[in-house]
Amino acid sequence: MKKLSARRRHPLAALVVLIFALAVTGGLWAALAPTSSASADASQSLQVEEGKRLFQVGCASCHGLNGEGTNLGPSLVGVGSAAVDFQVGTGRMPAQQPGAQVPSKKVIYSQAQIDQMAAFVATLGAGPVIPTQDQYSGGNVAAGGELFRTNCAQCHNFAGAGGALSEGKYAPSLAGVSAKHIYEAMLTGPQNMPSFPNSTMPEQQKKDIIAYVQHATNSDANPSYGGMTLGAIGPVSEGLFGWIFALGALIGTAIWIAARTPKAKKS
Amino acid sequence: MTSQDNMSEEHLPEAAHGHGGGPVVSKDGYFADPGLPPHEHRRTDIDEKAARRAERQVATWFLLSMLATVGFIASYVIFKPGPTHHVYIWPVGDVSPLNFALGVTLGISLFAIGAGAVHWARTLMSDEEHIAERHPIESTPEVREQVFADFRQGAKESGFGRRKLIRNTMIGAMAMVPLSAVVLFRDLGPLPEKKLDTTGWKAGMLLKNMNTGEPIKASDVEVGSLTFAMPQDLSEDDEDFQVRIAKDALMLVRLQPGDIKDKNSAAWGYEGVLAFSKICTHVGCPISLYEQQTHHVLCPCHQSTFDLSDGARVIFGPAGHPLPQLQIGVDATGNLEALNGFTVPVGPGFWERSE
Repeated sequence: MKKLSARRRHPLAALVVLIFALAVTGGLWAALAPTSSASADASQSLQVEEGKRLFQVGCASCHGLNGEGTNLGPSLVGVGSAAVDFQVGTGRMPAQQPGAQVPSKKVIYSQAQIDQMAAFVATLGAGPVIPTQDQYSGGNVAAGGELFRTNCAQCHNFAGAGGALSEGKYAPSLAGVSAKHIYEAMLTGPQNMPSFPNSTMPEQQKKDIIAYVQHATNSDANPSYGGMTLGAIGPVSEGLFGWIFALGALIGTAIWIAARTPKAKKS
Repeated sequence: MTSQDNMSEEHLPEAAHGHGGGPVVSKDGYFADPGLPPHEHRRTDIDEKAARRAERQVATWFLLSMLATVGFIASYVIFKPGPTHHVYIWPVGDVSPLNFALGVTLGISLFAIGAGAVHWARTLMSDEEHIAERHPIESTPEVREQVFADFRQGAKESGFGRRKLIRNTMIGAMAMVPLSAVVLFRDLGPLPEKKLDTTGWKAGMLLKNMNTGEPIKASDVEVGSLTFAMPQDLSEDDEDFQVRIAKDALMLVRLQPGDIKDKNSAAWGYEGVLAFSKICTHVGCPISLYEQQTHHVLCPCHQSTFDLSDGARVIFGPAGHPLPQLQIGVDATGNLEALNGFTVPVGPGFWERSE
C-alpha cells in the first residue's frame, strides 16, 4: 500500500484511476442492467403492441411517434418488415449519429424484439415482408456469379469487398453478411442502395446471388489461390504494396550494393 | 568482414601514384585540372586467391539459377492446379502450391543471374578508369571539301540537272509508289462510318431485362430500384453481343415524378421511369454506381458524377456530356419500349462528334 501511495503523484496516476473507474462502472452496468426478453410466441396483436412500445422508445425520436418521419429520419410507412429486420438486425438502426451513411454496428435488440418492431412497422403500410428460409437458400453459385457481376459488382466489387461512393458514402463489404440480410437488402434497397424487386430480379436469381456472395466471401470454401488478397480492392492496395515493398526492396538492394566497396583500401 | 581484410601488406599498391599529383593552383591563378584520383585496386585485382574466390561466387549464383530453373520445371510437373490443392504459407496465407512454387523458383532463377552478373562486374571485370576526350562532331575541312566535290561531279556526270525529263519522271515514279500501300491499307477493314453516332436502339424496340431476358413492364420498375436493359433483338449468345452491349447498355431507374428537376428528361421517361445510357461520357466505362436517395450515378473510373434527377447532368468529374437519355413509353401490353433511338452519340466524345 505504501508503494502505491508513493506513486500517487505519478503523471500516469490519473489515467490509471480513470481507466479503473470506467471498468468498474461498465462492469457493474453489464452485471446489473435489466435484460428484457419477450416471449416469441406472443400473438400477433401483442407483438404489434410490444413493437410499438419498443419503437416509441428507440426509434420515434427520429422517425416520429407513428413512423411518419421527421427531418431527422425518413417516414417508415410502406418500408415493410424486411427493412426493419435488415436495418435493426445488422445494427445500422438505431443510428448513432447522422452522417453520409449509417454504418453497421453491434446489434442491440434481440431477434424477438426486432420481430416485434418489424410487426409494428408493417402495420403502417404494406411493404416487403421478412423472407422465410426457403426464399433465400439453395441458389446456384455459377448463375449467381453472372448476376452478381451484372447487378452488384459495380458498387460491391467483384469479390464482394465493397467500395467507395460519392461524398463519404460507400458500399459495404459483403463478407459475413447473413443470407437473410442480403435478401432483405436487395428487396428493400437500404440507404443509398437501389432496390432489386422481385418484378425485375426474380426470387430464384436472388438465391443465386446469395449463394455466390456467400461462396466468394468465405475464405474457407473459396481460398485465394494467389495468396494475400490485400483486401481484394484492386489496383490501389496492390499498387501501394508494389510501390512500397517491391520498389523499396530494389532501392535497398541498390544502396547495399553501392555501400560495399570491393576496393582493397585499408581504412 | 572476414579473412579478406587480413591481406598481406606486400599485395597492397603504393598509395597515391598515377594522376593527380600536380599543383592545385596553376601559375595564372585558375584551378588546374586535378585529373582523375589515383586508381585503387580491388582485392581481386591484386590477390589471385580473392579473384578465384570471386569467380567461384559468381559461378555459384549462376549454378543456383540453373537449379531454380530445374525446380521450376519440376514444380510444374509435380504440383497439380485446382481448388482442392492449397497450403498455408506464412505470411502469404492460403495459396496454391503450384503458384507459389512457380513464382519462387522463377524469381530465384532470374535474381541469381542478376546477382551473379553484378558480382562479376564488381569484382572481376576491369574497373580501370578511361578518359575519352571530346571531339567536334563535324569532319575536317579537307573531308568536307572532298565530299562536296564528289557530289557536284556525280550530279554533273549523271546529267540530272540537264535532262529534266528523266529527273521529273523519276520523282513522279517515286512519289507514286506509296499509293499502292494506301490502297492495300484502305482495304484492311471497313471505315467507321456513322457507327459511333448510332446505337442498336430504334423506335418501337422493347426494353429487355438483362436479368430475366424478358420485356419489362413499367409497373415492374419500382421507385428506388435499378434495372439493366438491352435491346429486344440482342441476346447474350449473339456473336456481336459484346460489340453491341458496349453501346446499347441501358440503366433503368424510377424516380418520384416530383423529384425530377429536368422537365424534358421527365417527358422522355414514362411516369418517372427513366432510361439512361450506362456508358460514361468520359472514356466509356460502364457506370451504374447508383445512389437511389441522391439519384447520383458515380463512375468508378474517374469519379464523374451524374444527377439522374436533372437530366443526368455532370455534377462532378471529368465527363464532358450528360449521359444520353433514351425516350421511352409503353406499348399496348404495358411493356416499356423505345420511342426513338438515342438522339446523341453515347459514350465518350470523339473528333467528329456531331453535337
